[in-house]
Amino acid sequence: MAETRDPQRENEALRKDSASMSTAEVKAWFVRDVLPLEAALMQYLHHNLGKGGDAADLRQDVYMRVCEAARNRLPDPVRPFLFTVARNLLIDRMRREQVVPIDAVSDLEALNIAIDTPGPERTVAARDELRRLQIALDRLSPRCREVVVLARVEGLTGRQIAQRLGISESAVSQQLDNGMRALAEVLYGEPSDLRRGN
Amino acid sequence: MSTGHADENLSTSAAGEIEARAAAWLRRRNADWTDTQQAELDAWLAQSGAHQVAFWRLEAAWERTSRLEALRKAPMSSRAAAPNTSRFRHLRLATAVLTVAVLGAAWAFTSHTTEPVYSTALGERKVVTLGDGSRIELNTNTTLRLVAAAKGRKVVLERGEAFFQIQHDAANPFVVIAGNHRITDLGTQFVVRQTRGNLEVTLVEGSAELGPADATGHERSVVLKPGDVALATAASVAVLKKPAHEVNDEMAWRRGMLVFDRTTLAEAAAEFNRYNDTHLVIADKTIAAQTIGGKFSTKDVGGFVEIMQQLMGLRVKHQGNDFVVSR
Repeated sequence: MAETRDPQRENEALRKDSASMSTAEVKAWFVRDVLPLEAALMQYLHHNLGKGGDAADLRQDVYMRVCEAARNRLPDPVRPFLFTVARNLLIDRMRREQVVPIDAVSDLEALNIAIDTPGPERTVAARDELRRLQIALDRLSPRCREVVVLARVEGLTGRQIAQRLGISESAVSQQLDNGMRALAEVLYGEPSDLRRGN
Repeated sequence: MSTGHADENLSTSAAGEIEARAAAWLRRRNADWTDTQQAELDAWLAQSGAHQVAFWRLEAAWERTSRLEALRKAPMSSRAAAPNTSRFRHLRLATAVLTVAVLGAAWAFTSHTTEPVYSTALGERKVVTLGDGSRIELNTNTTLRLVAAAKGRKVVLERGEAFFQIQHDAANPFVVIAGNHRITDLGTQFVVRQTRGNLEVTLVEGSAELGPADATGHERSVVLKPGDVALATAASVAVLKKPAHEVNDEMAWRRGMLVFDRTTLAEAAAEFNRYNDTHLVIADKTIAAQTIGGKFSTKDVGGFVEIMQQLMGLRVKHQGNDFVVSR
């Protein structure tokens, strides 16, 4: 009881010392195995945070933790590991905010649902992927979409886009940055509509 | 899924700010890029794991959009190039309209024959949309009858609890009859709940008038304002004022939740028992008077039991259909 050691910290220190995965390997794993689970993760975070909480902050913390762990060894299977990390972070946060952590602690049912959600879009065929991208584009505001399309499809530079649209280059940059963030949000954070639509 | 444009709903939290910086790096890297800049980016990434994951994520999403280059040959607006998307959207809209229309038609049809009755089972919730666009959300174990003669503007709450969001029509006011009380909408959102002969009306928005069911005049009625909670027995009406957050907490059932804030275990148990077959039984008065706070799913009796055991140190025995709580 009186022990002052913090096993979690010790583990992290251990991992840093014995990091056996290169940054490139961790990155490849993160993009291939973790990002496709984001829609389920966000569903779980939103469910447990309610309206007030910002899921983006927690998502960042979850990703940091799993990548930290992956430096030592790539967690396999990923899904239960990811959700355990998410659940622990939720509980930590609720303890800090001194809310009885009922939702997060007891919501194993929701956790199971999220874990059982059918697999990620990794297997989606190329044609579906194109359609999914178009759906994501459609979620952008008209001006933002225009800028993204000119940059990504037409391959125009920021200056060319600014001239074409008659807006400042910094406005183009802003639209492009927002567009990149929004596309990530839709492509990874939201459940795919394709299955339902087909 | 959020409504509105995705680029207008971006997070402004600490993580959101990191993400914005990651986006700026990515944008610049896609343009002219020097070794110096690459070194700067590497340094930024090495600063924190948060920078790393934010950048990797945006980069991966942006890489995915490279497939859009395949569309370059056909000059496009994204809409013209996305026939499936548009069809989707129309389909979805049509579905929404259809749902309303079907309910409207069902109403028009049944009104000539029998009075439509809507009810929910234990733990169930249901939304009813009336022909005029008014919405009624039925909570657990509730029965509601539309009065045919009143053109859909009068309902009888036979039992249970419902949230009313009424399309106001001064010429044809919406009326809820509950027991021997009558609630008349004056442009309103409100909740009506019946419990063992008592009636509780919570006014959320607008105003409504509460009076005896059989009276036609306004002599013995009270007008309720937002935040008012009227507790009516057969003989009397008391009106309390509640702060907005408490009113909100009380309507958490509309999201399938129960919110407790210094709620006694007795009250909390009674709430859970409204939604579940398995009942919580707390015989000991000192235990029943202990308070608890937090958010629960209405179905999550198990989670509540766990909290009582682990955080409050109580003993819970599963007996038949009951959870019996003791020291």
